[in-house]
Amino acid sequence: MRMRRMAVLAIAGALALSACGKDSEEEDAGAAPAPSAATGVTLEGSPTFDKMTSRGSVVIGVKEDQPNLGYKDPTTGEYSGFDISVAKYIASKLGFGEDKIEFKAVPSANRETAIQGGQIDYYVGTYSITDKRKEQVSFAGPYFIAGQDLLVRKDDNSITGPDTLDGKTVCSVTGSTPLQRIRDEYKGAKTIEFQKYSQCVDQMLSGQVDAITTDDAILLGYAAQQPDELKVVGKPFSEEKYGVGLPKDDKVLRDKVNDVIEEMETSGEWQRIYDATLGQSGSTATPPPLERY
Amino acid sequence: MSTVLYDAAGPRARNRYRLYGLLTTLAVVAVLAYVVWKFYDTGQFSGRKWSIFQYEQVQRTLLSGLGNTLKAAATGAVLALAFGVLFAFARLSDRAWVRVPAGLVVELFRALPVVVMIFLIYYGTLANAGSASTFWSVVIALTIYNGSVLAEVFRAGIAAVPRGQSEAAYAIGLRKSQVLRMILLPQAVRAMLPAIISQLVVLLKDTALGFLITYRELLTEARQLASYGEFEFPTIPVAIVVGAIYIVICLALSLVATWLERRNRERGRRRTADRNVQMGAGEPDAGA
Amino acid sequence: MLETLTDNWDLFVEAFRTTVLLLIVSGAISLVAGTLLGAMRVSPVPALRTAGTAYVTLLRNTPLTFVFFFVAFGFPRLDIRFSYFAFAVVALSAYTSAFVCEAVRSGINTVHVGQAEAARAIGMTFGQTLTQVVLPQALRAAVPPVMSVIIALAKNTTIASGFGVMEAGAIGATLNERGYPAFDAMIWVAVGFVIVVLPLSLTQRRLERAVVRSR
Repeated sequence: MRMRRMAVLAIAGALALSACGKDSEEEDAGAAPAPSAATGVTLEGSPTFDKMTSRGSVVIGVKEDQPNLGYKDPTTGEYSGFDISVAKYIASKLGFGEDKIEFKAVPSANRETAIQGGQIDYYVGTYSITDKRKEQVSFAGPYFIAGQDLLVRKDDNSITGPDTLDGKTVCSVTGSTPLQRIRDEYKGAKTIEFQKYSQCVDQMLSGQVDAITTDDAILLGYAAQQPDELKVVGKPFSEEKYGVGLPKDDKVLRDKVNDVIEEMETSGEWQRIYDATLGQSGSTATPPPLERY
Repeated sequence: MSTVLYDAAGPRARNRYRLYGLLTTLAVVAVLAYVVWKFYDTGQFSGRKWSIFQYEQVQRTLLSGLGNTLKAAATGAVLALAFGVLFAFARLSDRAWVRVPAGLVVELFRALPVVVMIFLIYYGTLANAGSASTFWSVVIALTIYNGSVLAEVFRAGIAAVPRGQSEAAYAIGLRKSQVLRMILLPQAVRAMLPAIISQLVVLLKDTALGFLITYRELLTEARQLASYGEFEFPTIPVAIVVGAIYIVICLALSLVATWLERRNRERGRRRTADRNVQMGAGEPDAGA
Repeated sequence: MLETLTDNWDLFVEAFRTTVLLLIVSGAISLVAGTLLGAMRVSPVPALRTAGTAYVTLLRNTPLTFVFFFVAFGFPRLDIRFSYFAFAVVALSAYTSAFVCEAVRSGINTVHVGQAEAARAIGMTFGQTLTQVVLPQALRAAVPPVMSVIIALAKNTTIASGFGVMEAGAIGATLNERGYPAFDAMIWVAVGFVIVVLPLSLTQRRLERAVVRSR
């Protein structure tokens, strides 16, 4: 490890600041109680589950740049947030403890390809259930209901809703539903796409874009992170049902995950996870009803 | 070469050059000073921004990004060289059914942006075959693009080998494949080594396109680190560090190419240089 | 397959228009800046030569994607704000002019020594020698390699899709979002690029032959 660290310092050159690597800051915010793994789980006729068992671990697609939802701490490499806790809970009920989980960050535009291609076993990351997507993948859930909203700079009072976006530059991620809606329904707005919301936030703070649009859950996470600079408009103008993305033909696994979500909601686990993550922003929510198919 | 463009300076010209030199130096210093001031003015030297590099996890992230960059570049380089030799031979084949398709393939792949190829392979193979990873999407795209360019480089190199060489080889009874493999290719490779290496620099640089499909190479990791709010969005510090890494690696490779080129030219002067060898290498360096 | 193209014809036209626009604007800037850089690199003033060489060496050994990153994400952080199209033009021109410079310089090297010597013998200055005798011949010889650089530029514009510019490289992701298969979309983008690049390649080949003949 020491050699490696020295190599980095040598390459970077400019790193004369310190000769020792900090491990991390003490920060356990957003950590939900870790569920213990179920044992003896069997799923007859689920190719995805068979793959997980033979691999001995589960690969879950997540987001890594959404504070309080799906977030990878750059200083520790640990994932945390609401979606992460849900993903962990599902994994535990499938028989995989925390040490048997591999998180893989997959941006919105590549979700279908990653699921179809088997790069990930399932996806938990603000994945709205839509009919078009159901042609390519399948969904368990919904496990959360969000609504499209706008994030703006704190001192910007000119944007109060989607109708006030004329001539403004709106940013969102490539391949996301919210941006398509702005394009279709609010044609006066200019749209910009980046691969990650964090890049949109970066560009907004440096004045290149005026608003970021996506689901309020994601936006609240950012607003909570930089409360002096950012605010959420607070008038959701859509309803997004977050589901767990699964391979299209694996109905067995889908039914099982739906059972797990139901159990999570009725046992009070859902509320505990919410309070430990998104609930920190002061907002409240209740679990949505399942839509099995 | 440039010395023929002007006389050795006389006293007046020397003064004039000195003035121009001074002005240039001043201009460069002014630009650099402006850049540094801009960095300072916008708080790019703040400790918080730079402190991101202190974390072991961050260092490991950058290192693994660099490792992935080098891994893709090395794999791509080996495959592209093989692809290049294969298609150069195919294009020199006597059989039209080999020569013509090979020519079409090379021309087509040289006309397509690497970005488009990466997407095609990524979307195409993942949706149908189901197992190709982002790594292979990047590597295969780099292989077929740079391999096609290298095929042309090899072909030009082989064409530039003096005729007598192959005639002599045929005269002692070697078959065509033997002539290509044992006589022409080694000489072509030696003459084209600088062009080959600069194409490999292009390949190395193009691994940065992996960010489009989130292959976790150096630039992908850099972009990620640059957008962390807790560190006041350290775009500039990250860019400085990562840019330095890229430049050092590519420069090292480029210097090897320049050194080889100079050595070739000196040898060429001793024999009788064929200028076309240098001219034929027009295409390389054209990538991203 | 075909309806991916026909349903979204507007998008394809719009995106490729942006691509061609990027190509023309950055190409023009790169040609001028690259020729100036080339002149700097052969000038009698050491400081100019050093500055030119340093710039070219730096840019040629940096991935274009990194240049884009520095411009599109770095500049706003330095309080320098333009549209993303302008950022893309800056990144493409800064990078491409280094390659144009090398092509021009290789052209200058092909001009026979006697030409410059004769020019000097009749008392021309460096500037006159360069602009009236050497460059006109050099540029002709430089046309094929410069065309290669321009073709590369045409292809490199696709990187702008990752940095906020809606051009041909972004069609795949956009259509994916609209629910069309991204692979089919990219096939059409590839066809589009062959259509854009082919005339350039043909021109290059014709000019190459013309240059060889004129020697």
